Amino acid sequence: MSEILENRATPDAKTQLDIYRRMIRIERNDDATRTQIRRGRITAPYYSARGQECIPSAISVLLNNDDKICTIYRGIHDMVAKDMPLRPLWAEICGRVDGTCKGKGGPMHLTHPETGVMVTTGIVGSSMPIANGFGWAALLDGTKQVTVAYFGDGASNIGAFHEALNLASVWKLPVIFVCQNNGFAEHTRYENGTSVDQISKRAIGYGMPGYTVDGNDPVDVYAHAHAAIARARAGEGPTLLECKTFRFMGHVFGDADGYMTKEEKAEAMAKDPLPIYRQKLIDDGIATAEELDALTAKIEAEVNDAIEFAMACEYPSDDELRRDVFAEEIPA
Amino acid sequence: MSTDTLDAPVVETVKMNGLQAINAALMEAMEADPKVLVLGEDIADNEGGGVVGVTRGLSTKFGTMRVRSTPISEQAIIGAAIGAAMGGYKPVAEIMLMNFTTVAMDMIVNHAAKLRFMSGGQSQVPMVIRTLTGAGNQTAGQHADFYEAWFCHTAGIKVVIPWTPADFKGLYLSAIQDPDPVIIVESGKTLFVPMDVPVGQGPIPLGKANVVAPGSDITIVSYGQMMFTVMQAYEELTKAGVSVEVVDLRTISPWDKETVLASAGKTGRLLVVHEAGRNFGPGAEIAATVQEALFGKLKAPVGRLGAPYCSVPFAKKLEDAFLVQPPEIIAEAQRLVAMG
Repeated sequence: MSEILENRATPDAKTQLDIYRRMIRIERNDDATRTQIRRGRITAPYYSARGQECIPSAISVLLNNDDKICTIYRGIHDMVAKDMPLRPLWAEICGRVDGTCKGKGGPMHLTHPETGVMVTTGIVGSSMPIANGFGWAALLDGTKQVTVAYFGDGASNIGAFHEALNLASVWKLPVIFVCQNNGFAEHTRYENGTSVDQISKRAIGYGMPGYTVDGNDPVDVYAHAHAAIARARAGEGPTLLECKTFRFMGHVFGDADGYMTKEEKAEAMAKDPLPIYRQKLIDDGIATAEELDALTAKIEAEVNDAIEFAMACEYPSDDELRRDVFAEEIPA
Repeated sequence: MSTDTLDAPVVETVKMNGLQAINAALMEAMEADPKVLVLGEDIADNEGGGVVGVTRGLSTKFGTMRVRSTPISEQAIIGAAIGAAMGGYKPVAEIMLMNFTTVAMDMIVNHAAKLRFMSGGQSQVPMVIRTLTGAGNQTAGQHADFYEAWFCHTAGIKVVIPWTPADFKGLYLSAIQDPDPVIIVESGKTLFVPMDVPVGQGPIPLGKANVVAPGSDITIVSYGQMMFTVMQAYEELTKAGVSVEVVDLRTISPWDKETVLASAGKTGRLLVVHEAGRNFGPGAEIAATVQEALFGKLKAPVGRLGAPYCSVPFAKKLEDAFLVQPPEIIAEAQRLVAMG
């Protein structure tokens, strides 16, 4: 699907297993979120990324803790892949004071600098201009830190995308622009909203490399992310990666997804990256089925612990309304 | 007209205009703190040092990594400033004209202003947005608007509109070190009229108004280039025997309620004058606050003068009619004084 890279990097066995661990962590967490909403235990708008697990997992294994991500409202999988601890994540989803943002951001706006989750934005396209600022800071600091800006295919039609890619290219910023192209901008089919057949072609207009990658193939995502991150760390500037995938659960959880045909959804789900990758790991002798089952069970326990922790947390007190507007508290 | 309070000690001063004062503040801040950055369209010396030369000399002195000219991309400018600010720097981002903030509103309003709150205090966005505006130069409706009310209405961003060069210097020094986003509006004439600036002018705190002239019959509150107009009216009113207390607000949000209430409480009458539209303008907020606090103690209702409900016009004759002029201030002040 993508062009062949010279010196194509391949993940070793340990890294492949780590990618799988992150994918399962996302999937179990996503499943649990939908279950809790369905059961009425939490009330929150939820944008499932089920089906997109592979993309941030194969990228995050290449990132250090101090590498940064700027992501979007459909981005909890990006945070889970970056190894954000699940307890504060769940407390935030549940609007509790022990959440990453004291319950003031919620599921669309988590922040957790310790794991490099700097900004999660609810505004389509806004992750990219801000990611540039982190890239500029890294250049000034003289570090090799990179910033990944995650966004969807719909965001590539917003002005901020174009301004951000242009600036990143002119300034040679260490930013990787990762489009998780799931084929739909909210309810609008890709071809009805986007002028090019591949978003990666837009990179040409901004003088940076652009690749279209099979977003359901961890090895392909890894190879391209490896090249992009190496380029950024070497001071050669940004890269646009378009990772093609499909979201299984519609735009917002509970929507009728009538804009998808049953056939295309069935076809996409038949290509669910998780069981395919699991089988590959077993076939390649990287892990046994029992080992992978044990991993899943461990992650399930972690998710369940996080949920029960969050449910037991307090809600923020009303005086939080006057806090964090400015550095100094606003007098009552 | 000196802006020093009457009992202030005599200090050595130097004449400079607002443009020079801002330039001096930026120079000083960048020298003292390597985290201070400047970015914007045409701001480096190769591009002319800014549209009116405010940033002239900075890139030559500090290099183009710290003083970066940008493409004409307002969202990219503010986005880069937000990220750099969260990454430990103190960027000063120029949006050439206040009307052009409209193309970066998402970045300013949804991100710069809100990230501290929405992150539960984890994110700091210590950035300054510099922007220029003001009618009087026949630039018409897309190059001269005052939009401070929009930003004042958004929680999380401070709004500063200085008048004197000394205030520019002092308020800039404070804004750059402030832990939160601050938008500073450089309004027309304030950049070009030389006034006395104390040698070594240090920081002036944000949120503090300046009582420019003491008086007992009426308080006039204003800010930015409208202060020149107010001071002309002040001279005339003084000659006519009306004792006017003039308050330069300097910071529009959070505004100095204490000083304004103390002054209005003393004189019993208040007139707010601004260049922004009178409808829903900052004067409405000030008037409402003062009337809530001083109901029954005021001798007249709070007066408000601002621009009419129209865009800034091009024709000089219309532009003069659009801007509040000294005779209107004099007439309104005298009307309020005559009421009781």
